[in-house]
Formats: sequence, structure tokens, C-alpha cells
Amino acid sequence: MGSTTVQAAATPRRSTPTPWGSYLTLLLAVAVMVLPLVWMVLAGFKERDEIYTSPIQWLPAAVDGSNYETAMSAVPFGSFFINSAITTVIGAGLKMLLGLTTAYALVFLEFPFKKVVFGVVIFALLVPQQIVIIPNYTLVAELGWVNTYQGIIVPGLASAFGTFLFRQHFLTLPVSILEAAALDGAGHWTRLWRFIVPISAPTIAAVALVSIVAEWNEYLWPLLVVDRADMMTLPVGLTLLQNNDGIADWGVLMAATVLVTAPVLLAFFALQRRIVSGLTAGAVTG
Amino acid sequence: MLFLLFAGPNMALLVIFTYKPLMQSLYYSTLQWNIGSPVAMPVGLDNYVDWFTDPTTPGIVTVTVLFTVATVGGGMVIGLLLALVLNRRLRGTGVARTVVVAPYVLSGVAVGLLWLFVFDPNFGVTAALLRLVGLASPDWYNDPQWALVMVIVVYLWKNVGYVALIYLAALQSVPRDLVEAASIDGASSIRSFRSIVLPLLGPTTFFLAITTLLTSLQSFDIIQAMTKGGPLGGTTTMMYQIYQEGFQSGRAGYSSAVATILFVVLLLVTFAQVRYVDRKVHY
Repeated sequence: MGSTTVQAAATPRRSTPTPWGSYLTLLLAVAVMVLPLVWMVLAGFKERDEIYTSPIQWLPAAVDGSNYETAMSAVPFGSFFINSAITTVIGAGLKMLLGLTTAYALVFLEFPFKKVVFGVVIFALLVPQQIVIIPNYTLVAELGWVNTYQGIIVPGLASAFGTFLFRQHFLTLPVSILEAAALDGAGHWTRLWRFIVPISAPTIAAVALVSIVAEWNEYLWPLLVVDRADMMTLPVGLTLLQNNDGIADWGVLMAATVLVTAPVLLAFFALQRRIVSGLTAGAVTG
Repeated sequence: MLFLLFAGPNMALLVIFTYKPLMQSLYYSTLQWNIGSPVAMPVGLDNYVDWFTDPTTPGIVTVTVLFTVATVGGGMVIGLLLALVLNRRLRGTGVARTVVVAPYVLSGVAVGLLWLFVFDPNFGVTAALLRLVGLASPDWYNDPQWALVMVIVVYLWKNVGYVALIYLAALQSVPRDLVEAASIDGASSIRSFRSIVLPLLGPTTFFLAITTLLTSLQSFDIIQAMTKGGPLGGTTTMMYQIYQEGFQSGRAGYSSAVATILFVVLLLVTFAQVRYVDRKVHY
């Protein structure tokens, strides 16, 4: 960034009028993105008669937490939260581990059929998990894993995209580092954790954040393998609230939606640089 | 043997939960079989014949194509326009970029529900805005065509930030001198964009076309939260049909046939794109 500003200052530019069109587009885009979220937050504080009214009442008369209380007592929100946290942390953690070790093998170990193994990883990227839900559901049911954490986590655990990204990254690492590690007499396991992982920290953090977000929002699979409320994750439990009512009780539903989205939004705003670099990593290296 | 320790577990998981079920799905598609049932009857290609001759199939294919084209095509056009604006040296682009990407990290179910309220024909925001200009709200919930428009809009809202982000990263690697040289030569900005910037974005467009197509064809969360495939099948895509037939109607064999057809279409489209790109894209 620094160099571009210097460049801009160095080259004399014709003075251009303020680009109102661009500012207007930016403003419009931001409004379209933010206003629905604001509407959700406001609705979470509204009483019934403030919602079911015409003409529309934009602001709640008072900041009132009763919708939140109703949502939390109608369904076991605490359990949803814990289940989401457990499946996300374990799922994303193991996925990263599998991706790192597989990529290490693909880049730094010699073994037969390496190209085939890499091909197997790449082709898996083209097989949507949704296509194989029926056989996987049957298998999980046979294993007695319905309504269990392993049932939610294990079928989606294999790392294809992560392996691909880590492999691309490892290929760019300077050879000297590994030579130093080899001279040290370190085994491959130590080389991975003591040398490769520390210098790859930014890439790993970026990929980890993206998989945490994906795990947290995962919906179809947990919906299929869990039918007991106390084992549901947040997205699945949220629809339970929708189904419970018959008529939508928007205030309660929006309060619950705030509870599901707020942690992710806060994390995103705090860590957006890393998340953004994780999202673009695939396109830039690919 | 060390590589087995490093790569073995991941490869085993890929085989057990991706490749084996892919083959099984192919086999299941030749069965008349209800999920969970111990009895299955081999029926050859009947499930495929049934699908291709079913009176609801043309509607489902139409919905799938409309949804896919609108979300992939619309997403790329809007995403590129956003990226072009975000790439200008304007005040506030940093914040705007963050805000535009934010919905992409949210749960599809939560997004679907919050927009369902926005679209509420009686008490929602769209109804209020339309009333301001003297129009009545479409019946987003009960009119099949408007319901499809609704889920497409919501899908775009959630996902367009990702496209913008990837295009933005690509635009930032286009050397500014190149574009400026073109404008000194007298090329108008639209022409310099079309003849210089757009070809350089070729590989990115290709990457996005494949990845957004894959995610669009798999989209489930928003449809489940907002319409459950309805009204009258107005938002039932092939992906949603796989879920409905397999887990609601219990027709696992039929559902597997639809899954196989969808997978074959996916592969064909991907390979077609790869071949097209081999000839057209300048790296």
C-alpha cells in the first residue's frame, strides 16, 4: 500500500471531479448489506403489536429482552451453543491436522503413486457432500452414530481443499529451512511442527478461520443425523423455533437469529483481514 | 511407510465418506428402496426412466436452471461491478469491503429467516417500501414465481461479497500502468476495461464460474429455511429434490438417481468450462 501512494504522488495526475457515481454505488451496496441486519436486530426487541402493525413501525418503543427470554426458554439454546462449539472446534481442528499432514506428505515425502494420491484429493473437490448424503446417512445409522458428535463430525472431516491450499503453500517455502531442519537431525514429525507450521502460521490461521466458519454454519448434514433437540447445533435448532409455532412469531425468531449470527459477525469484524486472506487464498494460488 | 502415517487417515476418510458413497449412490439408483428399510428391489434403470418421464421433472429442471443461471451469472456481474468500485481509490472502501463480505460468513438458515421477515407481504420491509411508491407487495410466500425471485435475491445477498472479494484481489494485481497507458493512448475507460482488464481477469472468472456453480447447485439452507421447495414446487431445485425424495418421501433409490444425474451434469459442465478456458483464457 505504501508504495502505491508514493507512486500516485510521483506521477502528476489530471485533477478529476469527485466520482459521485462510485460513492453512490458504494453507499447503496453498504445500505443493502446492512439494513436487513439492522431490521433483524430491531425486530428482536419489538413487542408483538409493534410487529404486526400497518403502517410499519421501524423502531421498537423500548429495548426489551423478552423475545430473547422466550426464545431461550422455548428451545434449549444453551445446548445448541455448546453442540455448535464442540463440533466446530473438534471438526475444524482435526480437518486442519489432516490437511497439514497430507500436504506435508505430498510435498516433502517420497512415496509411490504420489500423483494418483494428489489426484484423489483434487477430484474429491468436485464431489459435493450433498450428492452422497444417502449412503453416508445409511453408514452413520448402521454405526449407531445418529444423535452423536462423531456422527455430525466424522463424515465431513476429510480435508481436500485445505490439503490443496497447504500443498500450494509448502511448495513456496524456502528449501534452506528444511535443510537446516534435516541437519538438526529432526524427524519428519518434528520438522512439520517445529519448522513448517510456525513459518506457515498466517496461511494456517486464514484457512482455519474459513473452516471454522463453514463448520459453524453447516446445516444439511447435522439436520439429517440429529433429531434430538439436546444434540442439535445452532442452525438446526433455529429452524426448530420456526417449526414450533405454526404462525411465525417474528420477534422471537429474530431474537434467536441475532443469537446465531452475532458471534460470527463479531468474530468476522475482529478477524476480517485473516478471514479475507483465507477466502482469497484458493483463487490466488489456484 | 511414513507417508501412510501422514496421508493415510485423510485418504481413508476420503475413500470412506466420498468415493465409496459415490459408487454406492450409483448402485442405490438401480434399486426400489426406502431409506432404513431392509428390503430393496433391483429395478434396473427404472428410477432414471421415471425421473425423465415424470411430469414434475421439467419444472424442477427449469427451477434449477433459472436459480443457477441467476445466482452464478448475477453474482459474477454484480460482484465484478462491486469489485471495480471497491478498487477505486475512494474514501471508505475498506469499510465497504468488510460490510459487503460480512453476509457470506453468516449461517444460510439465519439469513433465510431474517429475509423471510423482510419479505413478509403484510408486515415486512419490502411491502412497506412498495407501499411508499403506491404498489402492492407481491405474494412472496404463495406465488411460485415470486418465491423463486425471493430465494435468488437472498442467495445473491449472502454470496455476492465472496465474488466481489475474489475479483478485487485479481484487480489489485492488474498493473495500474497498463490501464493508465491505455487511457493515455486515448482508449476510453470502457474500451480499456474490455480489452485490457477483462482478459486479465479471465483465470479469475474461470475459477469463480466453477466454484460458484458448484456451491449454487448445492444450495439448500436458504431454500429450506424460506420455502421448503414450495410453493407448488416453485423453488424445488434438483438438490432440494434429492433431500425431499430421500428423506421426506423416503424414496432413497429414486433420490440416488437424481443425485447421480446432478453429479454427471456437474462434471460435464466443469469439464466443458475447463476445455473452453483452455482455448479462450490468456494466462
